[in-house]
Amino acid sequence: MNDARISSEHEHLLRDLAPQVLGAIVRRFRDFAAAEDAVQDALLAAALQWPTEGLPDNPRGWLIQVAARRMIDLARQDMARRRRETADVAAQPDHAQVVPAPDSGDVIERDDTLALLFMCCHPSLTTSSAVALTLRAVGGLTTAEIANAFLVPEATMAQRISRSKQRIKVSGATFALPTLEARAERLTAVLHVLYLIFNEGYASSAAADLIRTDLSHEAIRLTRRVHGMLPHDAEVAGLLALMLLTDARRPARSGPNGELIPLDEQDRSTWNRVVIDEGVTILTAALARGATGPYQLQAAIAAVHDEAARAEDTDWPQILALYTLLMRATDNPMVGLSHAIASGMVYGPDAGIALLDRLSQDDRVAGHYRLDAVRAHLLERRGDRDAAVAAYRTAAGGSASPPERNYLLLKASRLAGQL
Amino acid sequence: MKFILMMHAPRQGWETAGIGTWPPNDIKAHIGFMMDLNKDLRESGTLVSGEGLDGPERAKLVRARAGGGAPITDGPFPETKEFLAGFWIIDVESAEQAYAVAARASAAPGKGGVPLNMPIEVRQVMSAPPVEQ
Repeated sequence: MNDARISSEHEHLLRDLAPQVLGAIVRRFRDFAAAEDAVQDALLAAALQWPTEGLPDNPRGWLIQVAARRMIDLARQDMARRRRETADVAAQPDHAQVVPAPDSGDVIERDDTLALLFMCCHPSLTTSSAVALTLRAVGGLTTAEIANAFLVPEATMAQRISRSKQRIKVSGATFALPTLEARAERLTAVLHVLYLIFNEGYASSAAADLIRTDLSHEAIRLTRRVHGMLPHDAEVAGLLALMLLTDARRPARSGPNGELIPLDEQDRSTWNRVVIDEGVTILTAALARGATGPYQLQAAIAAVHDEAARAEDTDWPQILALYTLLMRATDNPMVGLSHAIASGMVYGPDAGIALLDRLSQDDRVAGHYRLDAVRAHLLERRGDRDAAVAAYRTAAGGSASPPERNYLLLKASRLAGQL
Repeated sequence: MKFILMMHAPRQGWETAGIGTWPPNDIKAHIGFMMDLNKDLRESGTLVSGEGLDGPERAKLVRARAGGGAPITDGPFPETKEFLAGFWIIDVESAEQAYAVAARASAAPGKGGVPLNMPIEVRQVMSAPPVEQ
């Protein structure tokens, strides 16, 4: 364990294998909560034994075998549970009753991560529960790490996770890939959960929050795995590209005091070119498959920004066209705000303000501070300083985020100083 | 999203009609109600933290002043009609869920089991900025 590189390699391997092992155990024993305990025991055993005894020839088979043995111990200790499992098995069709040996090739070759992910993002769960369960069961993060990432006590997060498992059990969700008809809808839920995890990490990546578990990288890792399992799904690829193209800008996004730096003021030399190139490559391949969905469109917008060497080189007509398509695809009024900004960049601030006036008729966004923030930017560009200062201040009063509020207050203050 | 629920008790009558003047069973019912509420918040994975506060009689006011020094003034402060008796910070999915918890806390039983209907101030806890498009 003295060699940090080796132990981090082990840790990486264990985190990759954990959902596959958990999936195999859940599929075999059909008890999610007990399976998770058993897999944790197996992972712990591996973390203790592998550094001294060396990596087994088949690490996944080793873990499945240890976890399965632990499950059998648990079942022996608990006769009631054993009877329930017998009843469960009896309720299964004959072909499903053939239980493969824990170390047989059938189990080893099958990657159950995807089925596990569908289960964790089950529609019976609230989004915050699905997020927590996914990070725990598929991401392999500890409850303490997840609690830390969401700034809640560990006991609270433990309750949230255990209730999610309970809810899945009660809802009768089966551990299986959804049917073809249900698949698209269920995959949308999975992608939404991964997107939320990414955003949670990205949004909080201001200086003050650097100690928080890096959820953005976890979301990218998980989405990369889903992309690996469903390489032909263009929206999975689109989401992965969107995450990469956004994350590449992270170093430039906040200043030394955690203050927000908007896209047009960012130091673009600090953007991660390697990550941008990967995102563009993934997106280009996805777009070639046709059927362009919302994640691909958002990734395409991010790519246009990322490809501009200077803010003034940004291809705004292209971004406006993409936002127009995105509005048709999603009916999200927040997209309308971005569309108004793009329109203001292409046709001048008056065009953007006219769109904002229309948007403020929409009850879903009327009175939202971001409407005021966008209006302030457009008014400033039009040279309407008094009105811009007032709009920035209104927006600052509505923001629920200190870095954003500070940014808006500073904009108002600087502009007022020029009067 | 996180919210703070601030429970205000009326200062007028704290000494004459406050919890100290209730019959024991009413006090027990009130404490039991609060414990049940906290247990439900904990078990639903909602509670971030929650505390009850010492009475306003022992409150102090500290205010730094120009030229140095920060004098300490003894409470209670007659100008305040209500005082903060306790708070919860909860992590929920919507403001509506926070309002529902506040409504439950507001109706905590008082003397004779009559709901106190205390004002509960609900404020969102500031969080990370939104992701730019």
